[in-house]
Amino acid sequence: MSETVKVAIIGSGPAGLSAASRAGQLGMSHVLLEKTDHLSDTIYKYQKGKRVLATPDRLDLRSDCRFAEGAREYILANWDEDAAKNKVNVVKEAEVTEVTGQQGAFEIKTTKGAFKAENIVLAIGTQGNPNRMRCPGNDLPHIIYTVDDPEDFKDKHITVVGSGDAGIENALGVAEEALENTVTILNRSKDFARAKAKNVSDMMEAGENGFMSIRTETQPKLVEPGWLTLETPTGDEKIQCDVIVARLGSVAPRGFVESMGIEFTGPDREAFPKLSPTFESTVPGIFVIGALAGYPLIKHCMNQGYDVVEFINGNKTLTPADEKDLAAIFAGLPQQRSVTEWLDFLRERVRIFADVSPLQMREFMLDSKVAFYRKGEVVFEKDEPGSSLFAIADGSAVVDIGGGVTVPIEQGSIFGEVGLISGRKRGATIRAGEDSIFVEVSRTAALKLMAAVPGAKRVINRISLERQLLQIFKGGLTVEDLQPIVEDPAIERVPAGKVVLAEGDEGDDVYVIRSGSMVVEKDIGGKPIFLRYLPAGSFFGEMAVLSGEKRNATVKAAVASEVIRLKGQQFKEMLAKRPQVRIATEAAVAERAAINNFIESRKASYSSAVDLYSDTAGFIMKEGLGEATDALLIDENLCVGCDNCEKACADSHEGLSRLDREAGKTFAHLHVPTSCRHCEHPHCMADCPPNVIHRGPDGEVFMEPGCIGCGNCMRNCPYGVIRMEAAPPEKPSLLRWLLTGFGPGPGEPSPKWTKKKLGEEKPKKIAVKCDMCKGIAGGPACVRACPTGAAIRVSPEEFLSIARLQEDAG
Amino acid sequence: MASLFPKRLLGRRSKATQTERVRERRHEGFLRYANFRWAKISGGLCLLIIVSYALVDVTPRHNGGSWYGYTLGTIGAGLILWLTALGYRKRKMTSDYWSLKAWTSAHVYLGLSLIVIGTWHTGFQLGWNVHTLAWALMMLVILSGLYGVVVYSTLPAALSNNRDEMTQMQMLEAIRAFDRQLHSAAQPLTPEDTAPVLAALDEDPFAGGIGARLSGRYPRCATAAALRTLGMSRSSDAEARDKVIGLLSQKEAALARLRQHLKIRALLEIWLYVHVPLTFALIAALSAHIISVFFYW
Ligand SMILES: Cc1cc2nc3c(=O)[nH]c(=O)nc-3n(C[C@H](O)[C@H](O)[C@H](O)COP(=O)(O)OP(=O)(O)OC[C@H]3O[C@@H](n4cnc5c(N)ncnc54)[C@H](O)[C@@H]3O)c2cc1C
Ligand code: HEM
Ligand code: SF4
Ligand code: SF4
Ligand code: SF4
Repeated sequence: MSETVKVAIIGSGPAGLSAASRAGQLGMSHVLLEKTDHLSDTIYKYQKGKRVLATPDRLDLRSDCRFAEGAREYILANWDEDAAKNKVNVVKEAEVTEVTGQQGAFEIKTTKGAFKAENIVLAIGTQGNPNRMRCPGNDLPHIIYTVDDPEDFKDKHITVVGSGDAGIENALGVAEEALENTVTILNRSKDFARAKAKNVSDMMEAGENGFMSIRTETQPKLVEPGWLTLETPTGDEKIQCDVIVARLGSVAPRGFVESMGIEFTGPDREAFPKLSPTFESTVPGIFVIGALAGYPLIKHCMNQGYDVVEFINGNKTLTPADEKDLAAIFAGLPQQRSVTEWLDFLRERVRIFADVSPLQMREFMLDSKVAFYRKGEVVFEKDEPGSSLFAIADGSAVVDIGGGVTVPIEQGSIFGEVGLISGRKRGATIRAGEDSIFVEVSRTAALKLMAAVPGAKRVINRISLERQLLQIFKGGLTVEDLQPIVEDPAIERVPAGKVVLAEGDEGDDVYVIRSGSMVVEKDIGGKPIFLRYLPAGSFFGEMAVLSGEKRNATVKAAVASEVIRLKGQQFKEMLAKRPQVRIATEAAVAERAAINNFIESRKASYSSAVDLYSDTAGFIMKEGLGEATDALLIDENLCVGCDNCEKACADSHEGLSRLDREAGKTFAHLHVPTSCRHCEHPHCMADCPPNVIHRGPDGEVFMEPGCIGCGNCMRNCPYGVIRMEAAPPEKPSLLRWLLTGFGPGPGEPSPKWTKKKLGEEKPKKIAVKCDMCKGIAGGPACVRACPTGAAIRVSPEEFLSIARLQEDAG
Repeated sequence: MASLFPKRLLGRRSKATQTERVRERRHEGFLRYANFRWAKISGGLCLLIIVSYALVDVTPRHNGGSWYGYTLGTIGAGLILWLTALGYRKRKMTSDYWSLKAWTSAHVYLGLSLIVIGTWHTGFQLGWNVHTLAWALMMLVILSGLYGVVVYSTLPAALSNNRDEMTQMQMLEAIRAFDRQLHSAAQPLTPEDTAPVLAALDEDPFAGGIGARLSGRYPRCATAAALRTLGMSRSSDAEARDKVIGLLSQKEAALARLRQHLKIRALLEIWLYVHVPLTFALIAALSAHIISVFFYW
């Protein structure tokens, strides 16, 4: 088996398959090595019948294999045909375990023998290898590693091993009552620390309701057909078991990739292999493409497969398939330059792009906009929500920091970074200082940039810290004043619930909340009483500096947060130098002291009102609303349970309700239903392959069209507010229903009606979540449609304002 | 009136945009809406009618046919049509700014003002005819509405307390879970003990008819019966029987919660099944009343 091929392609996903097809078409000697017994394992493992989407629409496909939106089965069948037609030389069940040698003479060890190749294209995706069970019998065929479709299992004894999110979700899926399975889930330890709280509570509930049995401190000991022996704290136990679902996590492919000598851009999880514009890694002759290279969309993968083989074949003139998209991005600018010239222009001029490779630069630009602004033109206004980052490629910008004071920002620098860090509204109005060119980078692209390019991360962090401090101390400070702080910032991460300052402590450090939020409490009559909610961008600890006394209240993190610690001495020097800042700070202190006094004085006479206020605040923080910017709260003293809110939501959107009124926690009749809170740092945005989750102009977190239905956001949202659902068909009009009773009436139609109406058609399920009624002039439909006033949408700081207590306590 | 509709509010309302929405910081029920705006308007209107009725001199006497009566009649009929429109407003999710709470508030208070508008419109001439039928139906609709307001303001808290963070779905699931456990726990019992347990398993938690639903009393509850039978039985193995009894009482508690839930929900809804059909009867009678006035008077 050892004739040396020109290129060995590892992994037969869309990227590898497309590469091998190009090689086949070019008549290049090649081999495609695939671990499993079929092509394209990631897509093979999608749910049965899943519609695979071909985003981004504007990108042209350049591949010898076909690909357009369609059902999983159809796409896989096409690819099998295409592989044959393109004379792809594929070796299946050949898992690559080791790569040695160098360009021209690589040795590739696989489970099907060794191969030799001049070049290697690595296209193994990011799925990694599932961890296998370790007990005897672990090679039996009834052990599976994924559940495609829970409906495949009926009336079976199923044991799920592993209690992370994947295991729990699978167990809940097969435990569905109608399937009549007997489900057991095993957990090696006592608690379920690795899974999301929502999943754990769903599972516990299923356990209490008898839908599954939950066995903690229990491990599999012996697998036999039909039976499983368990090792439990009270001895061994043999249970019936037809299927074992092993969800023991997987080993990310990074270690394997690094073992070949390939370097990554950084230590973070988001980092990717370092690549040249031709996808060559730091090991000459090894090329990396597809999801592993940081391009999770199938179309990108396929185009790269084509391109990389062309590059290996010596094609130097190939322009990437995204060339015309990039050209369109630059089209509106006054000067005429080629795409490459523009990219070089930006890399030369903008500090955060200095360390970016040409290949990365192309990608960032695809997620960005470039525009020309006339002198004085407003880029964005204060208090506008928005989380994109701007970079000045040419000209300059001026920041309006209030009171007629403006601060210039020079060419090469950035602005808009506050929204990037804290997800809050814009802190100031920005105009073009002269005729300028600004680049607007989306939040996701900017975060990716920070993860992939450490140099960019340093620059952004430094500038943002400086600006955040300038903003907080209202224009009284200058960049020079902040120099010592910014040079060596003391940034501390505070986990949720951790106390930063305790009442009665000595100390005079001042803290600035960089992200997250804090609650301030004071011990009154032996009980911690809630005083205030501090959102990101506030500072605290300044009272002790001014008064020289002990801390007079406790401050703790409402959610995981980041604070910047300023030494008391530093802060004092700043105050001494800048009387303006001193006055502003003293005013803030006086106001806070007045509120503290108010609460303290009311505690004596209206203790129940103060307790209720404080307990309500505690409940709201416990429910994670500390990271909310806008949450639905229902007063159950008023809610008559008519569900008009849900119906209104469904009827204002494509027939699906984005809130579940009844579900959720309640305290003193204040109910937090299951509905998006538009988090300050939306967890759902973290891992969206087509990058369609954004923050809109009203602060709403929403999805633009283009969701591919992968379910990542649903799994990432800790509050369980995202549904994967297909829009139901159009309903007959309201008037017709009122007059004739025909059709399902207002609100989400029943699944039965939808099924009947659709027949055989299986529409695509995509992520559905509250968009705060974006684009609907009247505002949130759920709130407008509540007949009694039970439902409102508020931010925690609005809801917990002191005015509330003042009204209640007179 | 100027103070009832502050300029700022009207201005905001007409240009409620994406960036400047009408937001509330805390909950305010429909009765208190805008500091009792509609209660004040409606009260003022009633006062105006009562006073002007006494002051205006119509000959030969006040009745529906005088110019004064016609005025009140027109206002009343218009109001009734507008009040009926609430049912449409509630379900038609147009995208412009409106608040159903404000509508309900106006509905309730203006609806109450019909007592004065309608009654004073008759000039207190009631009899056994279609005109009085319309008046009586109107009063019944109003009465049922009053009941609605009472339950809307007293029952929600009870509904919330009873469900204790559980959804209706979860309540049903809890009952099914006890059923499954009962099914296996009842295996060792003797046939005479098994029979009542099986009957309890067969019971549909929703069965029982409207009376039971509204009263929350289910005298023929099979679970309670099984509990009674097993409590007195001595036939099966004591340990097995105790286990089943334990499960039966847990199921009974779960059933009680669900039944209470359904009861409160029914009380919150049932009146609408009077209020709305009577509204249509009222509109029919009103039409007959108006037609007869114009054609046969
Ligand atoms: C549920 C889900 C839904 C998605 N839906 C869409 C969608 O609708 N549209 C879209 O554009 N994208 C979608 N994606 C993303 C997309 O599927 C992946 O990003 C894409 O498949 C990546 O392609 P790839 O070729 O880089 O790697 P993969 O498709 O992951 O292929 C890697 C291949 O390499 C093989 N392999 C791995 N290690 C070895 C080894 N050591 N030796 C030999 N072979 C090996 C694997 O068996 C596999 O066949 C979805 C992802 C998921 C998880
Ligand atoms: C003649 C006068 C009235 C008419 C024609 C009328 C008609 C209606 C109609 C058609 C509805 C819609 C029901 C639905 O679609 O769900 C309704 C709802 C309601 N009415 Fe009346 N009504 C009248 C008077 C009153 C009065 C006097 C009160 C209270 C004192 C009242 C209280 C209510 C309430 C609380 C609702 C429920 C609102 C909701 O849940 O959406 N009504 N009425
Ligand atoms: S979907 Fe979840 S994570 Fe995303 S903003 Fe809403 S609540 Fe937060
Ligand atoms: S704000 Fe709009 S989208 Fe969000 S839950 Fe309410 S009605 Fe639905
Ligand atoms: S619309 Fe209002 S009263 Fe009706 S269920 Fe929703 S919150 Fe409760």
